[in-house]
Amino acid sequence: MSAPRGAGGGDRLARLLNLVPYLLARPGIAVSEAAADLGVSDRQLREDLELLWVCGLPGYGPGDLIDMAFDGDRVTITYDAGIDRPLRLNQDEALALVVALRMLAQVPGVQNLDAVERALAKIESAAGDAAADLPVLASQTSAGMERVADLQGAVARRHAMRLTYYTATRDEITERVVDPMRVLVVGGRIYLEAWCRRAEAVRRFRADRIESATELDEPAAPPPDAQFTDVSEGIFSPSPELPLVTLRIGRWSRWITEYYPCEQVVEESPERWLVSLRASDLAWARRLVLGLGPDVAVLGPPELVTAVRGESQSALSAYSDV
Amino acid sequence: MSRNRTERLVNLVICLLSTRRFLTAAQIAATVPGYEHDPEDPRDHEAFQRKFERDKAELRDLGVPLETGTTSIVDPEPGYRIARGDYALPDVHLEPDETAAVGIAARLWQHAGLAAAATSGLLKLRAAGVDVDLHAATFGVEPVVTVDKAFGPLQTAARERRQVRFDYRTPEDDAATSRRLQPWGVVSWRGRWYVVGHDLDRAATRCFRLSRIVSDVRMVGEPGAFTTPENTDLISHVARWSGPVDHPNRATVLVQPGRAAGLRRFAESVSAGPDGDRVVVSYSDPDGFARWIVGYGADVVVLEPEEARKATVARLRDLVAAFAPDAQARAEHGAAIG
Repeated sequence: MSAPRGAGGGDRLARLLNLVPYLLARPGIAVSEAAADLGVSDRQLREDLELLWVCGLPGYGPGDLIDMAFDGDRVTITYDAGIDRPLRLNQDEALALVVALRMLAQVPGVQNLDAVERALAKIESAAGDAAADLPVLASQTSAGMERVADLQGAVARRHAMRLTYYTATRDEITERVVDPMRVLVVGGRIYLEAWCRRAEAVRRFRADRIESATELDEPAAPPPDAQFTDVSEGIFSPSPELPLVTLRIGRWSRWITEYYPCEQVVEESPERWLVSLRASDLAWARRLVLGLGPDVAVLGPPELVTAVRGESQSALSAYSDV
Repeated sequence: MSRNRTERLVNLVICLLSTRRFLTAAQIAATVPGYEHDPEDPRDHEAFQRKFERDKAELRDLGVPLETGTTSIVDPEPGYRIARGDYALPDVHLEPDETAAVGIAARLWQHAGLAAAATSGLLKLRAAGVDVDLHAATFGVEPVVTVDKAFGPLQTAARERRQVRFDYRTPEDDAATSRRLQPWGVVSWRGRWYVVGHDLDRAATRCFRLSRIVSDVRMVGEPGAFTTPENTDLISHVARWSGPVDHPNRATVLVQPGRAAGLRRFAESVSAGPDGDRVVVSYSDPDGFARWIVGYGADVVVLEPEEARKATVARLRDLVAAFAPDAQARAEHGAAIG
């Protein structure tokens, strides 16, 4: 795949070749509207038009050059000199659009699947060879898929929901009423993003941890300042206010560095890695460390060492007969 | 690129689109503004040839299908033209819901590496008269996709059927190992990207997680170096490799009332008793089971079978020893663990 084109010259040439058919399809479009649509400034678009004006067919006389009529801020192409169609999609463009549509078709709970598939067929056909035998496939089967339709229904009807939800960090199942905002699919998992009336904050609920969901006959009313969370860096962005847990781990615990977002991973030696991560709850960290077992030493916080020590001793005492 | 060069290239495209005959470099120089030179002056002529070569390369980079051929058998000089049918994006007519689908799909890449390619592809669709709205309403879900750095080169290699070499490391490996692969394809599975192909060192089909590729992906050798076996189902390769583990065994555990909610979610049966709830869960192997159960500490006690009970006790004893005050003090100072 070639590098994305920046603001270089090739970029402008591509834009110019595209501009004539674009305007041809929209006679009388306002320059500012076209500029916004094409992602350039008004001034840049005007410079592009000026350049095109002196280009045309061999002969380069008045009847050969690209011509356009201006009516105030509006522009109409009156002669296209033969560049009346955009250039074909190149391989990267075909890949980006075709793979995105294939992935969209696989997103759990996507509505209008039929439209996605029709669009995919048309884009593949228009791209021709550039989209032939694309070696990229998507499959998004995901836990909790059976819940998606209910969650989407509540979002669409703007109704509040009562959730019975398993909170892994606290290892507890609780009931709460939420004001649904949207359904997200991130990293192959499905989430309901909602205003949680219990926590009085925007929260994301993993569909496969929702034990039951009831749509209420009551409007969803997230406070006006409730905002979607930026999930571009992943669903869990550890806050620096959370306690920092520092562990020294052996080989068979290294998987946590792939599974949890870690603040720091230092390979002290092949056998010992130093790992720091944010724990939203000390009890969660205790369960994590107990589960990792003797492969782990806790460097901090000290309460965690005490908690793990106490818990493992008291758990062992239940097996006095062994 | 200078304004002059851009102007020259636009004129070159228009000129070559308008001709049916192949035009030689000399004919192009005599026609298209910006190529004026003295063909009799060797230095001037050479400068023209270099300029023309660069321009052709630029057009090919852009994806302009520059055709070469000769006009007649008496004139062997190569000529150039652009076939309109190869140049132009075919007509695309999208219904409003299809247009919305394209907009939503293109938005998938907003956080990922293909954003620029998606944008320039959309601009071409717009120029073809399709009004794609990038802010179209969602189809009930807002998907967010990311791709790993290795995605680009691996899909190119798979498409061109070229061998690749890369360094791969799982968390359990002490060091990355260099791998040689004939990549058959790239698969997105449960939010992660994988490449499936023939591993030349292991002489077997292998599946690699893209996030574990720690080097650049280097192409080795020529395109068309291998063929993908017929009827290869890439997704099922990945599914087998990363699929769920069988849980053929059953254990009964005693759980404190109201505790260990995470474990109860996997209960096959729960019966309340005077000393707690008897919960039946399935498991794969006793050691893995013990790791899971020990996480719940004193809230869960394994009753049967004996292998699960023994594995749990062994693990707890190791933990108690490892977390004894003197052992932790040693570990904090970096002594070997376990």
